[in-house]
Amino acid sequence: MDAVLLQVLNGLDKGSAYALIALGLTLIFGTLGVVNFAHGALFMIGAFCAVTLNKIFEISAITIDPTKTDFLGKPLQVKTPYLEKWFGDFGLAVMDWSVPLAIIISIPIMMLFGYIMERGLIRHFYKRPHADQILVTFGLAIVLQEIIKAFYGANPIQTPAPSAFVGTLDIGVYLGFAQNAITYPYWRLVYFAFACLVIFAVFAFLRFTTFGMVVRAGMADRETVGLLGININKKFTIMFALAACVAGVAGVMYTPINSPNYHMGMDFLVLSFVVVVVGGMGSLPGAVLAGFLLGILESFASMNVVKQFFETIFIPSIDQIVIYLVAVIVLLVRPRGLLGHKGVMED
Amino acid sequence: MSSDKNPLHTPLTRRSMLKASAASAVVGAAPMIIPSTAHAYLNEPKGANVTLGFNVPQSGPYADEGADELRAYELAVEHLNGGGDGGMMNTFSSKALKGNGILGKKVTYVTGDTQTKSDAARSSAKSMIEKDGAVMITGGSSSGVAIAVQGLCQEAGVIFMAGLTHSNDTTGKDKKANGFRHFFNGYMSAAALAPVLEKNYGSDRKAYHLTADYTWGWTQEESIAAATEAKGWETVEKVRTPLASTDFSSYIGQVLKTDADVLVLNHYGGNMVNSLTNAVQFGLRDKMVNGKQFEIIVPLYSRLMASGAGKNVKGIFGSTNWHWSLQDEGSKAFVKSFGEKYGFPPSQAAHTCYVQTLLYADACERAGSFDPCAVGAALEGFDFDGLGNGPTSYRAEDHQCFKDVLVVKGKENPSTEFDLLEVVEVTPRAQVEYAPDHPMFAGGDLGKCNTGA
Repeated sequence: MDAVLLQVLNGLDKGSAYALIALGLTLIFGTLGVVNFAHGALFMIGAFCAVTLNKIFEISAITIDPTKTDFLGKPLQVKTPYLEKWFGDFGLAVMDWSVPLAIIISIPIMMLFGYIMERGLIRHFYKRPHADQILVTFGLAIVLQEIIKAFYGANPIQTPAPSAFVGTLDIGVYLGFAQNAITYPYWRLVYFAFACLVIFAVFAFLRFTTFGMVVRAGMADRETVGLLGININKKFTIMFALAACVAGVAGVMYTPINSPNYHMGMDFLVLSFVVVVVGGMGSLPGAVLAGFLLGILESFASMNVVKQFFETIFIPSIDQIVIYLVAVIVLLVRPRGLLGHKGVMED
Repeated sequence: MSSDKNPLHTPLTRRSMLKASAASAVVGAAPMIIPSTAHAYLNEPKGANVTLGFNVPQSGPYADEGADELRAYELAVEHLNGGGDGGMMNTFSSKALKGNGILGKKVTYVTGDTQTKSDAARSSAKSMIEKDGAVMITGGSSSGVAIAVQGLCQEAGVIFMAGLTHSNDTTGKDKKANGFRHFFNGYMSAAALAPVLEKNYGSDRKAYHLTADYTWGWTQEESIAAATEAKGWETVEKVRTPLASTDFSSYIGQVLKTDADVLVLNHYGGNMVNSLTNAVQFGLRDKMVNGKQFEIIVPLYSRLMASGAGKNVKGIFGSTNWHWSLQDEGSKAFVKSFGEKYGFPPSQAAHTCYVQTLLYADACERAGSFDPCAVGAALEGFDFDGLGNGPTSYRAEDHQCFKDVLVVKGKENPSTEFDLLEVVEVTPRAQVEYAPDHPMFAGGDLGKCNTGA
């Protein structure tokens, strides 16, 4: 039982990233009707906001230690970050909290990035076929990841969580299990809580604000809202920026879980599209539900007992195909996805 | 105009379809590279230059390692042509190289991008052979790629000097007469590591393997399991993980549910960084299991990529082909040349690529020809020293280099960003040697060398 609960937790944690990316994708698709293949790259850009802030905090003063030598036998250059040199323990604490602090800088950066992306490129493709949109956004994703690679290299870059969140929480004890039966890393729990908060905030924004009401109305019938004298295009541009922001902050918070690299956006992109399709094109609750559901399924499929069972019925490597298998089944049973509506992406 | 009369619009019949299929099959079965008959061997250099083909990952996840390989190749070419300080040419036991190119011909090179994909690597190697006239192909950072390119070079009739490839299969079941490997392999890592692991962790241990699901992972898992079981360890579980995995948490979580007290990560590059990071996140290194401290092992370390795992590598044992901190004359000469040119120490991938280039050039000089069969014969059974790993031999039976192996550990207090690993033992060559017909390397055949003529 504890093994099952551990995989559920793991699935929720994995599903958090899927849900956040899929949420942004659905927002863009639902409002602008654009299939944005660059959305994974936005997640990656967010992660590199954290990397960049970390690098800025690590800018160091160099002193020479004549007692030690470097790899060429020359006196060793010792680097001391300016933050530490100038502010002592406070500076070290700031460096330690670089990832949460990166959220603050990533929000305006991602909003601006999303705004420029929509105004500068995406809007020219609104009336073009989806194939054109996919090509241009996929191309943009490749350009963005190559730019990041040119600056930061191809290797993963470690961006640790604050030391207060290093270690594991013994969740099992709270659920009546023995000690150490279910332990889970603090930061992954933080990520799950953060994802829930962001999802709640996006839903609340759309549900309880006038802006959100107009956007929802625009999603339902763009033409009528326009006839009422509302500049819906402007509102949708802001939604694009908001979706970019959601992907960006998801990327920032993900950096301590796996060291970011230039390719991380692509790693999530295909899965996130499957999540959107399974959830139902244009359905925000569907994207969130499918994100968590597929995360949990993926976790269970990687259990040894499950893998062995599927191998006995001649389905090897179920952990690699489960998401696509489920997508096929869902689309066969419910062609519009779990919570999809009639008329979305249908001629 | 009636479409029926147009030969281009001949209706497709079952018979014509079968004919077309048969013709395609014949074309497909023909050699991929049609050799020229005007030369004694493929791409025989006729002018003042000889062209080498450096096939490295310039894009994809191993691009940084590929960039380091390319730096090493450029340095080797510079030294072969008489430039720079000569690097390891000064310490190489063979004195055939004079710094005037190879056989008096100036060394030039072309590069290809393997993208760490077998098909892309074969395609770039093929282009360098056919279009650029490369007489030798070298490089790579993956066993899957090395085996694919080695096969292509055998078909084409050029020498392949493998870059970083650690699978037993490269010089085992997939060995080829035209292919040569300087880098060590999974068996050697296991043979070097097992005694150190026994010494540090005892002989009563239960190991859980997480393994990248491709040729390198499989052979390393097999080698490490066999070597540690011979020391009394029990292998609790072997779990294959998809190569494309980025989050290993669902696999790590299951380790906690067994009575394993050691986790062996048969992962490389980004997989290694992520699986190790995940394992540390889940608190594995702080756990006590069976009354013992839980331990993690990374059998193949890459210093270049270990930086991505940061502090997580501290105290973790592994093995490496070479390390810049070695103090033999060859290593010092190479680190000096490389470090002064580029500003940082070379990686093990850079080292093996540099050495392979010198070894190829030296073999050409000793053979007095670029003929792949003559060069191959010069490399087979060649004993040498001064290239950074102590006395080394290219075994004739499988074209595998035999030399000392380094057991390393993540350093507790690194002094610089390059100072991530410390060498804890130089395992003597005799301890990592095996018979050419060892079961882990069985099933292959070198075949005959191909000149492409």
